[in-house]
Amino acid sequence: MEHIAIIGNGISGVTLARHIRKFSDKKITLISAESDYFFSRTALMYVYMGHMKFEHTQPYENWFWKKNNIELKKGFVNEIDTDNKVLHFEEGDQISYDKLVIATGSKPNKFGWPGENLKGVQGLYSKQDLEHLEIYAPNNKVCKRAVIVGGGLIGIELAEMLNSRNIPVTFLVRESSFWNSVLPEGESQMLNRHIKNHHIDLRLSTNLKEIISDDKGKVKSIIIEETGEEIPCDFVGLTAGVTPNISFLEESNIETNKGVLVNRFLETNINDIYAIGDCAEQREAIGNRRPIEAVWYTGRMMGETLAQTICGNPTEYKPGHWFNSAKFIDIEYQTYGWVHGKKGRPEYETHFHWKHDDDTKCITIAYHKDTKEFLGINTFGIRMRHEVFDKWLTEKWTIDTVLKHLQAANFDPEFYKLHEKDIIKKYNQDTNSNIKLSKKHWRKLFA
Amino acid sequence: MKLIKYIGLAIFLLGLALFSGSIFLGNFSMTDIQVDDYISEQGIKSDIFSKELKKTLVTEEQINIFEFSSAVRKALETSNNYYDKQIAKYNAEKNWAKKGEQYQYKIHEKPHTISYNLAKKAGSGFVKENIALMWWLTFGLGIIGALLYILPNVLLLGPPGIKNNGIYHKSATNRGWIAWLVLVYLVVFYLLLYFMPDYVVNWTYILDPISNTLNGGDASQWFVYGFLYCVIMVVMAVRMYIKYRHNKYQIMRTTSVLFFQIVFAFLIPEIMASLNMPGYDFKSAFPLDYDFFFEWNIKNLTESGAIGLFILVWGTILTIIIVPLMVYFFGKRWYCSWVCGCGGLAETLGDPYRQHSDKSLKSWKLERWIVHSVLLISIVMTIVTLYCYFTGAKSFIGINSQWIKDSYSFLIGAWFAGVIGTGFYPIFGNRVWCRFGCPLAAYLGLVQRFKSRFRITTNGGQCISCGNCSTYCEMGIDVRAYAQKGENIVRSSCVGCGVCSAVCPRGVLKLENDSTKGRINPNDILLGNDVNLMDLVNQK
Ligand SMILES: Cc1cc2nc3c(=O)[nH]c(=O)nc-3n(C[C@H](O)[C@H](O)[C@H](O)COP(=O)(O)OP(=O)(O)OC[C@H]3O[C@@H](n4cnc5c(N)ncnc54)[C@H](O)[C@@H]3O)c2cc1C
Ligand code: SF4
Ligand code: SF4
Repeated sequence: MEHIAIIGNGISGVTLARHIRKFSDKKITLISAESDYFFSRTALMYVYMGHMKFEHTQPYENWFWKKNNIELKKGFVNEIDTDNKVLHFEEGDQISYDKLVIATGSKPNKFGWPGENLKGVQGLYSKQDLEHLEIYAPNNKVCKRAVIVGGGLIGIELAEMLNSRNIPVTFLVRESSFWNSVLPEGESQMLNRHIKNHHIDLRLSTNLKEIISDDKGKVKSIIIEETGEEIPCDFVGLTAGVTPNISFLEESNIETNKGVLVNRFLETNINDIYAIGDCAEQREAIGNRRPIEAVWYTGRMMGETLAQTICGNPTEYKPGHWFNSAKFIDIEYQTYGWVHGKKGRPEYETHFHWKHDDDTKCITIAYHKDTKEFLGINTFGIRMRHEVFDKWLTEKWTIDTVLKHLQAANFDPEFYKLHEKDIIKKYNQDTNSNIKLSKKHWRKLFA
Repeated sequence: MKLIKYIGLAIFLLGLALFSGSIFLGNFSMTDIQVDDYISEQGIKSDIFSKELKKTLVTEEQINIFEFSSAVRKALETSNNYYDKQIAKYNAEKNWAKKGEQYQYKIHEKPHTISYNLAKKAGSGFVKENIALMWWLTFGLGIIGALLYILPNVLLLGPPGIKNNGIYHKSATNRGWIAWLVLVYLVVFYLLLYFMPDYVVNWTYILDPISNTLNGGDASQWFVYGFLYCVIMVVMAVRMYIKYRHNKYQIMRTTSVLFFQIVFAFLIPEIMASLNMPGYDFKSAFPLDYDFFFEWNIKNLTESGAIGLFILVWGTILTIIIVPLMVYFFGKRWYCSWVCGCGGLAETLGDPYRQHSDKSLKSWKLERWIVHSVLLISIVMTIVTLYCYFTGAKSFIGINSQWIKDSYSFLIGAWFAGVIGTGFYPIFGNRVWCRFGCPLAAYLGLVQRFKSRFRITTNGGQCISCGNCSTYCEMGIDVRAYAQKGENIVRSSCVGCGVCSAVCPRGVLKLENDSTKGRINPNDILLGNDVNLMDLVNQK
């Protein structure tokens, strides 16, 4: 029986294993150094905040793996012998494989800051990071102030976490406005205000210079690049992005750049070795996507796709329309299609922006300035229907028809106040149009 | 703000302590006339019983309720023992006529019920003499304290949003010692209420004036329970309003259960009673209302003229037509989390404990076995009862009608629905009864699963498997298992509380009523991936 070894039991590796099992009875070994069972990284914050226990982050009960004949192996792979198809573990043992899948995820970026390896300085990625957080920032007595470096999705989560335990947070963000490399200005500004409303000390256009140690090798303070200001703190969170976790491949002859280089079939340069998830890097970016996509959904989709290939139905990785979501403290965010911030915005991309007076809801719709083709939407504080936008993007609707039928895409809970009328009014004002809201049910639109 | 909270807590605990402690107060001696009155009122023929009562209870001494209760029970035992011996004696003598005569002297009423009825007349002392003061010291302090504890949350919880911080850090909500203490308190409360009402007779005095205003009679232990139920729901609804103030679905739903509890379950039956009608809760549907088709109820209703007949017809239509029809259009949520009293308490008092429901596959299996068995038993019981009612037989298909009714009332009605159902909130979650025990829920569930427009829609591929939804599902549904596959959630047990949707950080879940086509959509590959691949896999 063919033996498939998968390094990494994150969403990509686990999805792959599940789908291979669905289609075949190949032998599957799922390897991880991090945890015995698959857990959802995205939920780490809720464990710290006391919304859940760690066991709640595990999507499958412990008997699931045995029942589905998926072997679990705990251990750290430190060498791959691609010639003999053998994995060597740090612990000294080894296993051989017929096909190997690298799904080792990411690790937090460190940019060579002085003091970045001190005690009390860490990223937020793994189960171990969570455990360290409980040591260095369990409450506001042990941790009188925390500094977070890097204003992205994980940074804001970490800020919310520390805030939930009443630990004062200073949040250093390199950009002039929160996450404005990705978000258009109006949205980014709204988030700045939301963050400050939660009493988080948000410092924009601010870089870290160095982290200072006390006499026990633990962080004591940090120094800001621009002003030289020293901020005393007991904890520093490094959340300036992630990078593929593949240093163990350095000695191997698997071709890498930042990540493991793969083609559209997710194959590496070596026969029978594949890479998926955060650690995979496309040789050529797909459409507007980045070569490395470190998000949950793409890991899952790569797993679904590769299972086909491995089970004898060679299939290209062809992700559909881009979508993503996040939550900025109390404000939910969803995006469908492409809406660019300053960075990389094509010259034809025009934006329509609407914001609610309460400053917690807004949307931005991107469209083609000539054809008016709908390109994408960012929505804050209003839930929208994935299926509907997916179709609208495929069918290349114009912004006018999209807005007219916007209510069909609303996904907020029942009885919520609807804002489509307001949105259309603003659009009509902005563009001198005369669109009227249609209340057609979304199923009828596509019937 | 924090200080106000702590003061509130202290006041609440004081009120609770006085309320609980009040059962120890008072003097319960009787006069000869009182005893005679009671004996003749009840048509009790046993002289021994009356003699024994007078011997111990007609006295100058101070008797507390526990001594009183034990004296009554002893008198009862002495009397019943005496006549049992007589029966045995005449039996041995084969003196059938004499033997038959003895049975009329036996007393079948439950000992604590007799004791309760006597005590209600016998009591005197601080509580009875200071009713208004006692009301304020117990209910008053309790309400004020609880509100002081809850209201500061408007500011303390910060801007509107999901407020589950620290739930698993706190003893009260993480099965710590506080939770166990609450469990013990609730269980004891229910045991007293159901099985030893005489011990808590003092509570009924406190509510006599209110009861008199509403229905013209003194308060019974059930009136106390009903009143307390409403008070607790109101106070805890305030908590819900604050916690979910950003979520209109939760606000509407909370308002609805509150309305139905106060108006339908509490006020209307009381007012009907005052008008000499049978007190009836118009929203309580069979088989949750399991004694609706019991002989005494049917008899009572048919003897109550037009209104009785109307209730009989309404109750039947409610169960056979209205309930399933509404489930078809809106899902069982219209009943379980918008109307029902048990659901109402679960969604208010029980909300802090919703995370404790067991999500394992095992408990799902257990749930289906138990809850459907209860449904089956309740139906069998009703068939037996009705058969016996119409034919005059004592049993049907080998099942004794009285036996099955008594067993059901005791095991399901009192133990399961009350003691376990509510008592176990702090450790096993707030819907133990609704999930494992309620026959109506089982019935609605079958309709919801197989014939309904309701579902929880999963938003394409947006789920990040975080598990908030499953953790906070009070019915123990592993919502995530469906959401992460892009599948809609169509489960018989879902009561549509909407909390999974509320806590989801990615906007993945929406409760909605829509066409039945495509309601159940097993997806193998989620939206977002290659369209051809999705088609390919989902065709199989
Ligand atoms: C706090 C946080 C929040 C996030 N929130 C979101 C979100 O809301 N939405 C979203 O789309 N994405 C989110 N992400 C990103 C998302 O979690 C990742 O994209 C996803 O988990 C990557 O999955 P993966 O399977 O590629 O790798 P991983 O989940 O990283 O799994 C890789 C596993 O391999 C193990 N491993 C690595 N090297 C070895 C080795 N040599 N030997 C043995 N085992 C090894 C690792 O220990 C790890 O367990 C978040 C990430 C974090 C950290
Ligand atoms: S599935 Fe959701 S709506 Fe249904 S009972 Fe569970 S939490 Fe409530
Ligand atoms: S809460 Fe939302 S994102 Fe989290 S597992 Fe449930 S459906 Fe998925």
